[in-house]
Amino acid sequence: MTIHATECLLRLHDQHYELEDYQSGVPRWCTGCGDNAILAAVQKLCRDEDLRPEKTMFVSGIGCSSRFPHYMKTYGFHGIHGRALPVAEGVKMSRPDLNVFVNTGDGDCCSIGAAHWIHAIRYNMNMTVMLHDNQIYGLTKKQASPTSPRGLKSNTTPRGAYLEGLNPLTVTLGVQNVSFVAQAVDWIPEVLYDIIRAAYHHKGLSFVRILQRCPEWLPDMFEPFMHDPMKTRLLTHEKGLKLSANLSKVYKNQEQHDPSDIHRAREIASDRDPIPVGILYHNPEVPVYEELRNAGQQRSTRYIKSGFESELDKFTVWPQGADKKVQPSA
Amino acid sequence: MNETIAITAVKPRPRATKTAQPTPSGKAAVTLSEHIVEIISDSGEGAQRCGQSLGAIAARMGNGVWTVEIIPAEIRPPARSVAGGSGNRIRLGSGRVTNGGNETDLVIAFNEQVLLGRVRTGELKPDCTILLESMWRESKDPKIAASYVETHDQLVKAGYQVIEIPMERECRLIVADAKRGKNMFALGMLCNIYSFDLQLGRDQIARIFGKKDASVIESNVKLLNAGYDWAEKNLDFKYCIPATRSTEPQIVIDGNTALALGVLASGMEICAMYPITPATSVSHYLSSVFEKVGGIVHQAEDEIAACTFAIGASYAGKCAVTVTSGPGYSLKQEAIGLAVMGEIPLVVINVQRGGPSTGQPTKVEQGDMMTAIFGSHGDAPKVVIAPATIEDCFYSVITARKIAETFNMVVVVLSDTSLASSQQPFPRPQFSEAWLAPSIDQSEIPAGLKPYDWNPTTGLARRFIPGQPGGMHTLTGLAHDSLSHVAYDPESNESSIRARSHKLAALQRTLKTPPVFGDPKGDLLVIGWGSTKGAIEEAVTKLRAEGRKVSSLHLTFLQPMAPGIKEIMQRFKKVITIEGNWSDDPNDEIIDESNRRYSALAMLVRSRYLIDVDCWSEVRGQPIKPSTIQRVILEKLKQK
Repeated sequence: MTIHATECLLRLHDQHYELEDYQSGVPRWCTGCGDNAILAAVQKLCRDEDLRPEKTMFVSGIGCSSRFPHYMKTYGFHGIHGRALPVAEGVKMSRPDLNVFVNTGDGDCCSIGAAHWIHAIRYNMNMTVMLHDNQIYGLTKKQASPTSPRGLKSNTTPRGAYLEGLNPLTVTLGVQNVSFVAQAVDWIPEVLYDIIRAAYHHKGLSFVRILQRCPEWLPDMFEPFMHDPMKTRLLTHEKGLKLSANLSKVYKNQEQHDPSDIHRAREIASDRDPIPVGILYHNPEVPVYEELRNAGQQRSTRYIKSGFESELDKFTVWPQGADKKVQPSA
Repeated sequence: MNETIAITAVKPRPRATKTAQPTPSGKAAVTLSEHIVEIISDSGEGAQRCGQSLGAIAARMGNGVWTVEIIPAEIRPPARSVAGGSGNRIRLGSGRVTNGGNETDLVIAFNEQVLLGRVRTGELKPDCTILLESMWRESKDPKIAASYVETHDQLVKAGYQVIEIPMERECRLIVADAKRGKNMFALGMLCNIYSFDLQLGRDQIARIFGKKDASVIESNVKLLNAGYDWAEKNLDFKYCIPATRSTEPQIVIDGNTALALGVLASGMEICAMYPITPATSVSHYLSSVFEKVGGIVHQAEDEIAACTFAIGASYAGKCAVTVTSGPGYSLKQEAIGLAVMGEIPLVVINVQRGGPSTGQPTKVEQGDMMTAIFGSHGDAPKVVIAPATIEDCFYSVITARKIAETFNMVVVVLSDTSLASSQQPFPRPQFSEAWLAPSIDQSEIPAGLKPYDWNPTTGLARRFIPGQPGGMHTLTGLAHDSLSHVAYDPESNESSIRARSHKLAALQRTLKTPPVFGDPKGDLLVIGWGSTKGAIEEAVTKLRAEGRKVSSLHLTFLQPMAPGIKEIMQRFKKVITIEGNWSDDPNDEIIDESNRRYSALAMLVRSRYLIDVDCWSEVRGQPIKPSTIQRVILEKLKQK
C-alpha cells in the first residue's frame, strides 16, 4: 500500500508541532553533559521549522553523542562506529525528500571514520552534520581522542597525550567542495541554536563543530572559556550570524567575518584561544552530489523494462530468419 | 624477459613439424563433437577480443560455447613474458557446453613466451596444435631469436604440432602497424579452421567497431578476410563442429554482465561499490547502463563505506546492492552484521577470488563460503546463494533482492572468477513485472504496531521505512526489544536472536529439494556448489555412460539448505563433495582423521546431516577440469 505523491503533498499543509512531538525518552547523558544542550537546540529547530517527524532522520555512529537519535521522536539510525556519514549518504541518495541530520563524535568522525568525513565533505550531500567534540572518548571511559590537546592525561596517555590535537575545522576547510563550516559551543545555547539553524538552511553538507563539555572525564577543559567571555570571539556578519543585544553585551570580543571568504575562514579556524564561534565558511554554490546523480527519480515499470530490453538486444543472438533484428551498430 | 625451459609437462612424442604447404582449396573438414581453442598474446595485442569474437560467432553459428578469459595480474606486464599472457580460451561444442572442459586442442600464440606460460600450467593437450607467430625467428635481437628457436624446437620435440605462421608479415601487407589488427587476422584463420560463416565474422567486426570510423571497420574486415584466405591456402586441416541453431533468442554474456543485468532487472536502484578485481566489471557495465533506468552506481571511498552506503539506501527506501570480492567482503563484515541486527534488506555480491589476503586476484577459488555464512561476529544469520551458471548469475540477483525484502535479511550472492569472465549463451530472459521491487511503502503505521513486531513462529515483522507516519523509531545495532529500544535484559536478547534465526527456517520451508543429476540412488553421490556444476555433471555423465553408479547434486542455497538433502544422501553408499577450496589430503603424512581439515561444503553437510561425507578439492586457481573430476570419482568408487 503506497500513498500517492499528491496525498503526501496535501499533508504538508497545516501541520504544526510542539517540542514534545520531537522528544523521546529521557536522555541518559551525564548531568552537565554538553549533548543535552545540543539536543535542546535541535528539538527547538525541528519545532520552529515544523519538520515532519516521519520525514526527519537522525543518523549516528557510536559513542556518547551517537545516542542522540534515541532521544528524538523522528526516524533514527544508530549504526556502527565511524560509519554515520556513509549511512546518511545512502539514506539521502535513496530519499532526497528526507531531512537528514548526522550526530557524530570526535572519535567517531575524526578517528575511526576519518576517511568518510573527508569524502562526505567532497560529496556535499544536503545534510547537517554535528560534530560533538568533547576531545575525549567518553563511553569507553577516558581515552585520548584525535582532538585531545597535547599533554592531556587519559587512560591511554597517563603521561600526557604525545601529539598535537587534530583541528577538525582546518581539516574540513581544506577539502574540495566544502560548502558550510561553523563552530559552536554548548554553553552559549542561543548561538548554538542560530548556527544549527543556519546549517539546516544551507543546501549542501553543513559541518558544525560543537565544542562540548564532558563533566565526567574532563570537567575543567573549558572552564576558563566559560568564565571569561573575552576568550570567545563571536563571528558576526550580515551574511552570517546576527547577535542579539543581550549577547553583544556579554560577548564583546567580536569579529565581522564574511563567511564567503575562505582564506580568512582558514585563518580563523586555526585559532584556539580565543575560541572562534560562528559561521566560518558558507558557499551555497557548491554542487550537491544527489542532484548531480539525479537521485529520487520516479521510475515506471515500463521505463525499466524498455531500458532492460534494449540492453538485452545488445547481447542477443536471434534465431535464423530473425537476424534483421540485430543492429550491427549496437 | 625471454625464458627458455625444458618442457617436461608432457611425454615427448616425436612428430614432424608441419610446414605450411599450400593445399588445394576445398579440403575436407574433419567433423568433431567439440574442440578447445585458445588465443594468447601479450597484453594489449587483442587476443581477448579475438577470443570473445570467436565465441560470439560460434554462438551465432549455433554451437555450444564456453569462453574463459586468460588474464595476467598486471595491466601491462612486460612484453614476451611467461606470466604476462593475455587471451581467451573457447570450448566449442556440438551441443550445449557447460564448462571450460579439459586441455586445449589448438592454440594461436603471438609469441613463444606467452605460450610457455600455458604449457607450464598444463593447459595444453599433449599433441596440441600450435599456430605460432614466426616473426621472432628473424628478430634483430639475437637473444630473442635464440629463445624462439630453442622453445620452438623443444615444443616440437615434446610432441606438439607446431605450425609457424608469418602473421606479422601477412598483416603488414594490409596495415602499417600489425599490432593493431593481428587479432582479426587470427580470427579469420579460426573462422576458416572451424568452417564458420565468414559473414558472421564481418558482422562481428561491425558490432565491435560500430561506433568508429568506417575505415576502421574496413581495414579489420580486410585482415579477417586475409586470415581466412591464408588458412584456406596454407593449412592442410579444417574442422567442422555440427551446430544446431536455436529456435529461441539466446544472449551471450559473461557472469559479471549477467549479475549487472540482474541488478537492473530486479528493480534495485542503488549499487554502492569500491573497485576490486574480479568484481569491478559488474560495476563497469552497470555504470554505463544503470542510469538509463534511473539507477545509480556510487563509487564509495572504501569497501566499508560502499556497504554502509548501501545499507543506508536500503533502510530508507528500496533494497540496495554492494558488489565486491574477497578482501572487500572481509572489510564489510561489521556492516553486514549491522544490517542483520537492524533487519535491513541488503544484497551483497561477492565474486570470489583466491585468498587469503590479497591472494590471487585474477584466479578462481571457492574460498568464501564459510565467511559468507558465518561472517560477522556474534550470531548473524544471512542467506547465501551460489549461482552455478552464467544464467544463474542473472536470476540469482533477482531472487536475492526478493528474499532480502521479503525476509528483511542480508542475501549474499557468491559468484567466482570463473563465472565472472566466462561466456555461455542462454535463453533470452522474458522480462517480468514480478521481478521488480514494489514502490516504497509510505502508508501510515497502524497504532500499536511495533518496529520489530516479530511473528513468534517465523520471526518476520513488517519493515518500517522513513516517511511512514507513526513509525518513528531509532534503528540500532545494539541489542533491542520489539520497540527498537536498547535492551540488555536476557529475555529481549534471546527473543530477538531467536526471531532473526527463525527467518532462515521460515525461508528454508519454502525451498524446493534440488534435483539429483543421474539416478536417485547408487554407489556415489558427488555434491558441489557454484561454478563447478558443468564440470561435475560432465564427468558424471561420462562415467554413467561407462556404467558407473554415480550421480551428483548441486546446491544453490548454501544457507539455509533446502529440505530433503539428507534423504538424497542416504540413498547412496558414499558421498563426496568436490570444491575449489582447501581441504587436507588424508594421504599426506601428517594428516589423519583427527586433524584433517575438510573443505567448506563438506564441513557443513557433515555437521548438518551427520553423514560421513568425504571431500576432494583443489586450489590451483584454475577451473576444475571434468577429466580431473572423473579421476577423483573413479578413485573414490574404488575405495573400500
